[in-house]
Parts: sequence; structure tokens; C-alpha cells
Amino acid sequence: MTTRLIDLKHLQKKFGQQTVLADVSLHVDAGQILGLIGPSGAGKSTAIKIALGMEVADGGDALVLATHMPNRPLLGRIGYMAQDDSLYDALTGAENLRFFGRMKGVKKDALAADIAHVADVVDLTPALAKRVSGYSGGMRRRLSLAIALLGDPELLVLDEPTVGIDPALRRKIWHELHQLRDAGRGVLITTHVMDEAELTDEVALLLDGKVMAYDAPAKLEALYQVKTIEEVFLKAEGVA
Amino acid sequence: MRALYIARRVVTELIRDKRTLALMFVAPVLIMFLMKLIFTQSASTSVKVATVDLNNNVRTTLNDIKHVAVSKKASNASAQQALRDQKVDAVIHETSASHYTITYANTDATKTSLVKAGFNAALTQNGMKTLKQTTVKLSRTVSQMAATIARLSPQAAAAMKQPKAKAQPRAKIKSRYNYGDKNTDFFDKIVPILMGFFVFFFVFLISGMALLKERTTGTLDRLLATPVRRGEIVLGYMISYGILALIQTVIIVLTTVGFMGVEITGSLGAVMVINFLLALVALAFGILLSTLAQSEFQMMQFIPIIVIPQIFFSGIVSLDSLASWVKDISYVLPLTYAGNAMTQIIMDGTKLTSLGVDIGVLLLFLLVLTGLNVRGMRRYRKV
Repeated sequence: MTTRLIDLKHLQKKFGQQTVLADVSLHVDAGQILGLIGPSGAGKSTAIKIALGMEVADGGDALVLATHMPNRPLLGRIGYMAQDDSLYDALTGAENLRFFGRMKGVKKDALAADIAHVADVVDLTPALAKRVSGYSGGMRRRLSLAIALLGDPELLVLDEPTVGIDPALRRKIWHELHQLRDAGRGVLITTHVMDEAELTDEVALLLDGKVMAYDAPAKLEALYQVKTIEEVFLKAEGVA
Repeated sequence: MRALYIARRVVTELIRDKRTLALMFVAPVLIMFLMKLIFTQSASTSVKVATVDLNNNVRTTLNDIKHVAVSKKASNASAQQALRDQKVDAVIHETSASHYTITYANTDATKTSLVKAGFNAALTQNGMKTLKQTTVKLSRTVSQMAATIARLSPQAAAAMKQPKAKAQPRAKIKSRYNYGDKNTDFFDKIVPILMGFFVFFFVFLISGMALLKERTTGTLDRLLATPVRRGEIVLGYMISYGILALIQTVIIVLTTVGFMGVEITGSLGAVMVINFLLALVALAFGILLSTLAQSEFQMMQFIPIIVIPQIFFSGIVSLDSLASWVKDISYVLPLTYAGNAMTQIIMDGTKLTSLGVDIGVLLLFLLVLTGLNVRGMRRYRKV
């Protein structure tokens, strides 16, 4: 049996009167990519925040790497990339990587090699010495992803990682994600791009704080008798 | 260890932000210099007074008083007109013998009080003059009487033997100043408080803004998604801005002493220690309040509420005569304690060891605020 990296059971979360998560159960195994799709405000980011321990669920249980969240030391084994770029503009790309590497607790003698590796993955090596304030939108996104990859984490949590990235680079990033998966890492990814959902191993469709559909992309398409995940999405939402 | 890396990052960011650096280091010195100019220049005011039917002697005496110029008006109406036209600052009208009505323009309180004081002095001097003349007359009568007695009975005259008037030596006053010299003015009194205020103001604003920016750009979330402790983030900020505050303090203290010639009776080191302590309190304060602000503009809104009141209650104006509840306000403001300690060090030469209460309260502020900051970051990560 494979290791279960993320195991969210019947999560419930309310902000004031508003119910954001009604009943959400998700799991990510080692060597698996789980895509989380759903309209804005469906609760994708909240589910991620609970998995990281930024928020605490009102009900249910969040197990990550066999540990109940929130748990601080565990965060060093997770790579997280937020929706916004979250970079220090006054610092260079290399300085950003070095800083977050240290915060994650990457060993000092391994840090330089690690930075060189992740910069290569996102194709940023030539721009590392430049200040982030001079980066283009795509470069910022790539640097942000590189930071998430630092320290070779067992689990990656990526919130909309491919927004604003051109197709060639997007393909490269997915190639890298598939390689990570094949190396036994787990990936939880949210996305708005429906054809990206086809590249995942399993898709969870989140709507109004509930999981509406949860299976492999091909199986979902068969179940809804449609050709693409986009159509599944529209059908589940009741638009088409 | 992580705290040091955070501190290093914050310092690197600051060094690359030249404008903020200039604000922290140049602005306070510039403002202090301007205040020095203003408070030194406005030391002497002069007034013009119009008099109506005023006793000639009193008028001459008043005219002889420094910074007071007197002009005689024929009627009260023309004098009042001059007052309305702002040609004179006050009108003195002797309605009947020794009954005076004074009308002040009162647009400048300093001038009003100068006229009051000047007129009182003139009246007193004039009274003395009259008294002197009476005395002279009296002594003349006495000597005439003595002459008459001598003519009538020489023995009695010998017994009486008029005491010879001795020349009274003129009174001499020698002034000695415990602090400063005869040029010590209002600026010198407020310098210790101003120094503290600038340190407080700039550190409060810039550190608060920095953490706010970290929150709004999302880097705080990202930072909290690593195993870093909340306390390490707060400590990292304390170290970096502490270093900055230290440099700022040294610059402000050295320029006020060297460049503006303010005398420090106590030790320079003690002044810096208090300033530094205040800077740390300001830092913790700024970080705490930044969690209540949603934008840079909202951070600015704390200036009139948190920063400006401190300057009023910190000892720039003496609070001794105020109602006790007003004085109580000052006890919750950190600048009160720093201002008090600095005034004592600079003016009286008090040693740090005798300022236990002030230092203790500042440390308490620091401890409580830092604790609240570490606790407050739970809003962004629950562990």
C-alpha cells in the first residue's frame, strides 16, 4: 500500500455565518497528483490552508504526512506555492531562494546545489542575479515555483501555479511535476485551466464547499458522458 | 538562527531602499535644525503702545522699558482706530487720575503679556520716583528743623547729631547656571524629548509599514508556510530595526550635541541607551498596530491617534498644573518615561542606575508588546 501524504476527512469550516467548507474529504498518496478544481469561492484555498495548518477546521480531521495539522515542524517537508507570487522585490532571485531555503531548514552545504537545481527546473538560472522588481510576470511565477521546490519536499501544495505562464514553460512545469510524481512525491494542485486537469491522476471538483465529483479524469468523463473535464465541470455545476 | 537570517534580509531590503534610509537619518536632523532656528530667533518681541491722557512721568518711564515703544494720541477714538488698523498693539487710557483702561489687540499672547508686564513695571518705577521726591523733600524739612534747633539750643543739636547719609552700594547680581548658560532657551528644554520623539516616530512608522507590506504581498503567508517560529519572525524584525534605530540614535544624538551645541550634563552613552530602548518599544508598537491596518494609508491614520498625543504628554509642556486625570493619560504613554529619563540625564546628569523606574517601565512595555506580537501572529498561522 502506498503512503497517504494528505488525508482530509470531512472538513468543515465557517467564517462567521458563511460556510466555506461543508464536507470535504480529499487524499493524496505518494506518487499521485490530485487536481482541485472549482469556481472561485468554492473553498479550494481554504482547504489548502487547513492542510498547511494556517487555518484550523471547525470539524473533521486533517492528517498530513501522518500528522495532525496544524503542526509547525512538519512544514519543512511541504513545498507551498501561493496564488500571489509572494516574493521580496528588493532582493535578487538568488537571494529570495537562499532566504526561503534557510527558512525551510535546508542544510547549509546542500543549499547552493539545491538552488542551482530548482533554478534550472524553472529555467531561471540566467536571471538569478537580477532583482525581482525587474522580473516579468512569468518569471515571478517561475521563481515562486522554484521556492516551493526547495528542499526536495515529499509533498507539494500548489495554488494555481501556471497562471500567467506561457505554453512552452507550462509544458515544462508539468513535465517536472510528472517526474516528481514518478519519484514518489505527492502533489496537490488547484487550477482554473481545465485541460491541465486532464494531466492529473485524480480530480476533485469542489462546489459550494462540497466535493461534487472525485475520480480519475478519464473515469469522470465516462461517468458524465462527456469528452473533457471542462464539460464535466459545466455539467456538475448545472450550467450545461 | 532563522531570526538572524530574517534580520539580514530586512536590512538588505532597507539598504536598497535609499529614500526610506534618507527619511530615517536625514529627516530628523533637518527638523531638529529647523526647530533650533525657529526657537532661537523668536526670543525677543517688541510692542507698540498708544497712550491717551496718560500721566507724563508714567509715559516716559514706559517708553524707557526695553522692547516697548510709546506714542501719544490726542483722543481715545484715534487710539482705538490705530489699534484696529494694527498700527499699535495696545491702548492705555487714563480715564481719571490713576485709573487706567488698557485695550489689547491680543492677537499675540506674548505681546499682550509684554505690555502688561511693561506697564506694571512703569507704574512701580514711577511710584518709586514719587516716593524718592517726597523723601528728598522730607529730609530737607528735617535739616531745616535741625538748623532751627541748633540756633535755639546748641547742646541739643550736638546730641541729635545727624547721621550722615551713606551712599548705598548698587545691588549686583551674579548669575550661575547649573545647566547650559544665559543663552539656554526653550529649544534646549525640549531637545531631550524631541530626540526621543523622532526615534519613536520614524521607527514606529517604518517598521509597521514593513510588516504590513510583508502581509499584503503575501510573503508573510509564505514565510509562515515554513517551519519558522512566530517568535523568530518578531525577533528578526527586532534585531534588524534595532540596528537601524541604533544608527539613527547615534546620528541624532551626535548632531544635536556637536552641531547644535546642546549640552549634555550626563553621559552620552546613557542618552543612547534610553533612546535605543524607546526605539525597541516603538518597533514593537509599530508591528502590533500594523496588524490592525489593512493598507499603508490606514497605518498613517495611527499617527494622529498614537504618535502625536505622545508629544503633548511627554513633558514638552509641564503637566504639573493640569487636572490629575490629564496627567494620568501620560502614564500609559511610553514617550513619557523616555522623555523623563532623557531630561534627567541631559539636564541633571542623572545616572542610568538611578532611573530604574523609567527603564523598568520601558522594558515592561517592550515585553508586553512583543508578547502580543508573537501571539497576534496566530491570526495568520494557527501554530
